[in-house]
Amino acid sequence: MELRTATNNPDQTKELAASLSRLVKSGDLVVLTGDMGAGKTCFTQGLAKGLGIEGRVTSPTFTLANTYDGRLVLNHLDVYRLDDPSETLDLDLPEMLETGVTVIEWGEQIDAVLPADRLEIEIRWPENGEDDKRVIKLTAIGETWLQRSGDLARATGEWATKC
Amino acid sequence: MLTLGIETSCDETSVAIIEGDADSGMTVLSNVISSQVALHAEAGGVVPEIASRAHLTMMEPVLAQALADAGVTGKDIGAVAATSEPGLIGALLVGVSAGKALSVAWNVPYVAVNHMEGHLFATLLENPGLELPVVVLLVSGGHTMLVAMDQLGSYRVVGSTIDDAAGEAFDKVARYLGLGYPGGPVIDRLAKEGDAKAIRFPRALVGNGLDFSFSGMKTAVINYVRKHPEAENADLAASFQEAVVDVLVAKTIEAVKVTGANAACLGGGVAANSRLRERMAQACKAEGIPAFIPGREFCTDNAAMIAAAGAWRLKADGPSGLDSGATPSGGRSTLFA
Repeated sequence: MELRTATNNPDQTKELAASLSRLVKSGDLVVLTGDMGAGKTCFTQGLAKGLGIEGRVTSPTFTLANTYDGRLVLNHLDVYRLDDPSETLDLDLPEMLETGVTVIEWGEQIDAVLPADRLEIEIRWPENGEDDKRVIKLTAIGETWLQRSGDLARATGEWATKC
Repeated sequence: MLTLGIETSCDETSVAIIEGDADSGMTVLSNVISSQVALHAEAGGVVPEIASRAHLTMMEPVLAQALADAGVTGKDIGAVAATSEPGLIGALLVGVSAGKALSVAWNVPYVAVNHMEGHLFATLLENPGLELPVVVLLVSGGHTMLVAMDQLGSYRVVGSTIDDAAGEAFDKVARYLGLGYPGGPVIDRLAKEGDAKAIRFPRALVGNGLDFSFSGMKTAVINYVRKHPEAENADLAASFQEAVVDVLVAKTIEAVKVTGANAACLGGGVAANSRLRERMAQACKAEGIPAFIPGREFCTDNAAMIAAAGAWRLKADGPSGLDSGATPSGGRSTLFA
């Protein structure tokens, strides 16, 4: 199931993410894709705020994985620098996927080692659009997410228009 | 006493041997860093950019060279220190396991070291008499923070990035412009051929506290190139670098003033950037603030700084247990008050 929406600025992207935080559960996988600078970390910051995480959520591009404690544990990963899925062995992904909500930026690069069930979120600049605007596509994949597709559409709220 | 340090938290495998400690003064006898020596052939050719396997392959030759460079053997070593946090769990475990094994084999204490504390000790390696408190700008691919080093073992983060680290912004801008990896050195080189005043990129949060924001500066470069595809890479590199350096320098000076520190210090991979080193030295001189800028090999990830922090931690807290592990995550650090 696919939903499309758009945000006008980074704050709105965070608000959208915060509203989605109400329906994520421990064990969930969220894969973030989209161009560099599109707002993947920005989205995760909103999700973290929604999960009641008070600490500062910063980009994990170099650290690869940061873990935060909130209403749920948030594992925030960025696999941009990895050249090969086998390099994820250092991250102990299975453990992370069990212990909290796992958000992976550039996750499509390690698709081979990720579970099929996930929420995919693609963030793009609009065609010929303004600097701050973003087009956001949400794709629910697998039973655990399809069961929540109604909630997902509602949570996406005023931004969402079903395709 | 000689302390052997081991660093494997990220991309570099490094082993170093130092003599002394932060109280008595330190001498670096050797500081071997895997990417700087021709060990790749011994490691069997291609080495993955990030993998515990690479550390595992590099550990023995790097250790052997560190001992040889220092002209010592295992029986001369008095303690072994290894980075135990933060970093990649698989990568950290290679260094921690090697450290514990050597401590057992040589019958000397093992001490676990926080990588960030290592960076704080880098300045002390070359300036043992440095009078605290000082402010350290820790700036790398993974971190950008201003640390008030009040006394050894007592640190406060007085400012940090709210999104991307400065080194990450360098790397991503370089990749976006197709300049190659690692981005920091590439931009540093190319910027010398460009006009730093060609494009006025935003200086995020300047005059607004001690926190940093580099995500918007990265996006500003991307937005600029989308609209001006004809822009020269050298001008883009120089203008972007100047914007980042402006922010780093302004906030470091501000932090020294706000905290009443004695001096400004630099640490982390971006502290190897030539423009940052030059501008920081100039600005501190103009303000009458002593500046301590470590040699480049002590700015980027290295084991000498881990040995330095370890030697002091051993004196202050005693050895770590052989049952102590590695703590992977950023986001949960307890080093800073």
